[in-house]
Amino acid sequence: MTGERRTARRALRWGVALSLLVLLSACARNAPQDALEPAGPYARQIDTLFNWVFWTAAGVFFLVEGLLVYAAVRFRHRPGRPTPVQVHGNPRLEIAWTIAPAALLAAIAVPTILLTFSLSRRPADALDIEVVAHQFWWEVRYPNEQVVTANEVHIPVGRPVFVRLTSVDVIHSFWIPRLAGKQDVRPGAVTHLTLQAEEPGTYLGQCAEYCGLSHANMRLRVVAQPPDQFRAWVDQQRAPVVAQPSEAAMAALQRGGCAGCHTLNGVEGFGAPSVQTSTVGPDLTHVGSRQTLAGATLENTPEQLAAWLRDPQAMKPGNDMVIPKLTEQEVEALVAYLESLK
Amino acid sequence: MATVVVEPTVAERPWFLRRPRATTGWVSWLTTVDHKRIGVLYGVTSFAFFLIGGLEALLIRLQLARPNGRVLSAEAYNQVFTMHGLTMIFLVVMPLSAAFFNFLVPIMIGARDVAFPRLNAFSYWVFLAGGLFLYSGFLLGGAPDGGWFGYAPLSVRLPGPGMTFYALGLLILGISSTVSAINFAVTIINLRAPGMSLMRMPVFVWMTFVVSFLLVFALPVLAVGLVELFFDRRFGTHFYNPAGGGDPILWQHLFWLFGHPEVYILILPAMGIVSEVLPVFSRKPLFGYPVVVFSGIAIGFMGWGVWAHHMFAVGLGPVANSAFALSTMFIAVPTGVKIFNWLATLWGGDIRFRTPLLFALGFIAQFIVGGLSGVTHAIVPSDYQQTDTYYIVAHFHYVLFGGAIFGLFAGIYYWWPKVFGRMLSETIGKWHFWLMVVGFNLTFGPHHVLGLQGMPRRIYRYAPNMGWDLWNFLSTVGAFLIALSVLVFLANVVWSWRRGRTADPDPWDARTLEWSIPSPPPPHNFDRIPVVRALDDFWHRKYAEDREGRLTPVVAGGAQAPEASAGPGAHERSEGDEQASSEYGSSGHASTGAEHGSGRHGIHMPSPSYWPLVTALGLPVLCYGLIYSAALAATGGLILLAGLYGWVTEPVAE
Amino acid sequence: MAAEVRSVAHEEVHTSTGLSNAKLGMWAFLASECLLFGALISTFLLYRGREVSGVTPQQVYDIPYTSVSSFVLLMSSLTMALSVAAIRRGDHYQTRVWLMTTALLGMVFIGGQVYEFTRFVQEGMTIKTNVVASSFFTLTGFHGAHVTGGILMLLSLFAMSLDGRLPTERGEAVELVGLYWHFVDIVWIVIFTVVYLIPAPTPG
Repeated sequence: MTGERRTARRALRWGVALSLLVLLSACARNAPQDALEPAGPYARQIDTLFNWVFWTAAGVFFLVEGLLVYAAVRFRHRPGRPTPVQVHGNPRLEIAWTIAPAALLAAIAVPTILLTFSLSRRPADALDIEVVAHQFWWEVRYPNEQVVTANEVHIPVGRPVFVRLTSVDVIHSFWIPRLAGKQDVRPGAVTHLTLQAEEPGTYLGQCAEYCGLSHANMRLRVVAQPPDQFRAWVDQQRAPVVAQPSEAAMAALQRGGCAGCHTLNGVEGFGAPSVQTSTVGPDLTHVGSRQTLAGATLENTPEQLAAWLRDPQAMKPGNDMVIPKLTEQEVEALVAYLESLK
Repeated sequence: MATVVVEPTVAERPWFLRRPRATTGWVSWLTTVDHKRIGVLYGVTSFAFFLIGGLEALLIRLQLARPNGRVLSAEAYNQVFTMHGLTMIFLVVMPLSAAFFNFLVPIMIGARDVAFPRLNAFSYWVFLAGGLFLYSGFLLGGAPDGGWFGYAPLSVRLPGPGMTFYALGLLILGISSTVSAINFAVTIINLRAPGMSLMRMPVFVWMTFVVSFLLVFALPVLAVGLVELFFDRRFGTHFYNPAGGGDPILWQHLFWLFGHPEVYILILPAMGIVSEVLPVFSRKPLFGYPVVVFSGIAIGFMGWGVWAHHMFAVGLGPVANSAFALSTMFIAVPTGVKIFNWLATLWGGDIRFRTPLLFALGFIAQFIVGGLSGVTHAIVPSDYQQTDTYYIVAHFHYVLFGGAIFGLFAGIYYWWPKVFGRMLSETIGKWHFWLMVVGFNLTFGPHHVLGLQGMPRRIYRYAPNMGWDLWNFLSTVGAFLIALSVLVFLANVVWSWRRGRTADPDPWDARTLEWSIPSPPPPHNFDRIPVVRALDDFWHRKYAEDREGRLTPVVAGGAQAPEASAGPGAHERSEGDEQASSEYGSSGHASTGAEHGSGRHGIHMPSPSYWPLVTALGLPVLCYGLIYSAALAATGGLILLAGLYGWVTEPVAE
Repeated sequence: MAAEVRSVAHEEVHTSTGLSNAKLGMWAFLASECLLFGALISTFLLYRGREVSGVTPQQVYDIPYTSVSSFVLLMSSLTMALSVAAIRRGDHYQTRVWLMTTALLGMVFIGGQVYEFTRFVQEGMTIKTNVVASSFFTLTGFHGAHVTGGILMLLSLFAMSLDGRLPTERGEAVELVGLYWHFVDIVWIVIFTVVYLIPAPTPG
């Protein structure tokens, strides 16, 4: 009998521990990709709605789990208890606990539907961006600004950005948790998403739909800048390469077959990026100005770039970059040149 | 048990057209058509797959314990997480539920077997063949690696053979489930004992019934999706290829049109089990039986109208998303109603904390968490953040592990004595339960946090500076606690086998018909088919209830005592225990009113048969042929046809 | 004693509904088949108006030709019904005649389909040509496979009857195959209407 009492007490203790865990989950704040720390109006509207629902759910949780624990403790078997009264049901109660949750859900449904519709509209003053997903990187186009870049979406602070999304291969999902919810990116179709940042900064994101071997290595980031800095960035990106490759670098570019997949605006033998057509690999015209490499998985440092050039498949399994083994001299020349392309 | 009578005409048949006769030994297990033995086969096989799927889970958790884990390569990780999902859904929860259907449903409705015993054996062998076929991918160039959901066009484009094994393997498993669902639907419609009206059936039988219908209608939809996937991969059709005019979203619609009913296929059996366990250990009838039944049916119907909530982020537009959000919210209502009825069943009861009840309570407690997080997914905008993150992983593990697996363990502990005739240890059982509760919540509780903090699903590694390290590490610790708890369960099994007390026919003082017959039941279940006069008929044979709902035991030894008398019996395990079950068929017991069946000498159970096994073997051979060579495919087809020929022409009994 | 041996548990006459298990099972199976063809037909409906390159079924099929073969298949439902009626009366000769006629009509239909498919391939439409062709061949091919399965069942019944192993009291087997056969026929009516008769919406 004491064993049963102990069991009941343990049940109570674990119930409390479980609730604390759930509470903790609402409090922890330390992640750069945290959907609970919105940094723009679109993500914030979602967060507000989620909070509302979360606390309602938490209320229901404590009520129902509380009743469960109470019933388990209060009605546990004790010696000498008479056999319980045989209750078969109670229509009034049944109706009550059918209607109560239905009413609660109906109340939640209203703001849900309103927000679902409002999120799907294109704001009038929005900046238009196109993102084309590839296994396993993001091509970013600014059709009106005639800029093409990769894996880093520069946006002006305080202005909504309307992103049109499509894919050249499989389904991906575009997701910057602190700025907006996610939107699947489909081959043969165009989907869209609106995001906006309130403060300048770098906001991390990554592909959220399983897309193959290196799904984990398909990340991206949004760099939000004050409008004047954003304009300056656009002007810089629109220009051709700032320098021509050295002889050694050119030889390495040729032996690597780089022009087959990449563009280098202004370098002989290479094409220029276009906001209309996709290339197999990202544009390299201003690769040195980016924060990251390889689907935003590597910091853009000479060491990381060298490691990438030595063996891209080891850094990011299954990516499309299959090149002949480069010599150390070739790697050195390429790193020097590419890092200079600000 | 059944007398073997060789008819002269039968003896003239060549040996391979005669029916096998062995009732013991391994051949008897290959040829059995006894629903109880098939149930045990299902149970043992799916538990083996549970251990394999669990090992895969441990590999996943080891890989993710730290940032940039190096335990598995990207390639291996993608295969392991895909196979973990496929295993747990198709090779564990579904067949483990089928194990309970097989063993219990005929007995609970007072039948001697299922409607089509050989078809039942066929279902099992096809299930085993399908499971092995899926796993053979590991040896033949790569297991499925496109996720259990196999989204096109990735599943078409993945280079290894894995997704071909996926398409064909799931087709094989689908055949198994469809056939067994038809079998159980017919059994429940047609083989109920006299007086066993639909509204007197145990809730578990009702849930089996609903699940059977869901399977019958959901699986062909998946089958079409899989056939189209296979054709795209093998013959270059364009169903999911945008370049050829196809639409990858068709796959998602077909998959989730199957996939959402599938969720209820996975959870309803466990809900049925909980609805059986709670009343027994609270010593009260199930509160609101008709409401619990109808809410199960309602879930079965509404489950067809919610599939696109898996696709909120696809871009179907705000109208479709809102409609599916509404339907999804309202399917929470009948689910909630079930929970409230269970609470009311406990309320005012005399609750005995035996292991089955603990697992049932664990089910309720954890299912509530999964249900509430499920409601947050129905909020379309918040789902834009949550879908494809670890928050979803947390949600469905709370439903399918915290829910379904806990419910199934409640069933395992509850019916173990009935199936094997021995009790499991209560002490070890409680260790198992508490370890599993702690391990489970430690594993999957942190996933809520991870998902909201932006960790996507299906990534084989993550960077160190994302703030996910602690939660991932805790989760891995939890996973090993779960593994430990499963080892404790296995220890309990060994303990029961070596030392377990022999079980009474009715060790829990339970309510349903299976407890009215010995443990384990004889091959023909009932000497006399019972006549049912009420819901929980067996309980009312033991106790009378007055107008105020007070119980008085019916005087023992009267006409309504359980069919349990002492005496060493024919059962292997009963020697030396005063609680041994009676030999079946002793006269003078349990007269239950009008007699059905033809008495002791008239009870003849269907003879064993080779053909279900042979026919089932044809399917994987055919499927290997579809991958590798036409000749092999033809061989498989011939085996299939030969099996069917033997099956159809087999004498009824021999 | 021998009589008792025959009364195997699963063949007990007493069922809760009075219907035989086999018949209920067949109905459940056909219900499942409805969803199978439902999904295949939906696929075709989704894709039939797509703008695609290459030959589409609408450009190559010959409605009068397929109407004739559809008529043949419909007639086989009549002969099937005659066969069921014959075994109910215990007329085994007639049963066999109508079983064989049904099988032959089915074979004519399948022969027609094989010819049709061959002609389509010659005219440049294969299962790989485009998504409309893929869904056309898959849908009609699945139906053809079902008819073929039905023919095998009919021929087996015929052989069993010749062998004396289809006595009147096992006549339900004919009825079950009949159910299946009628179902396959009805599905063809739907397929014929959807694929051949209703014009596809213009792309865009």
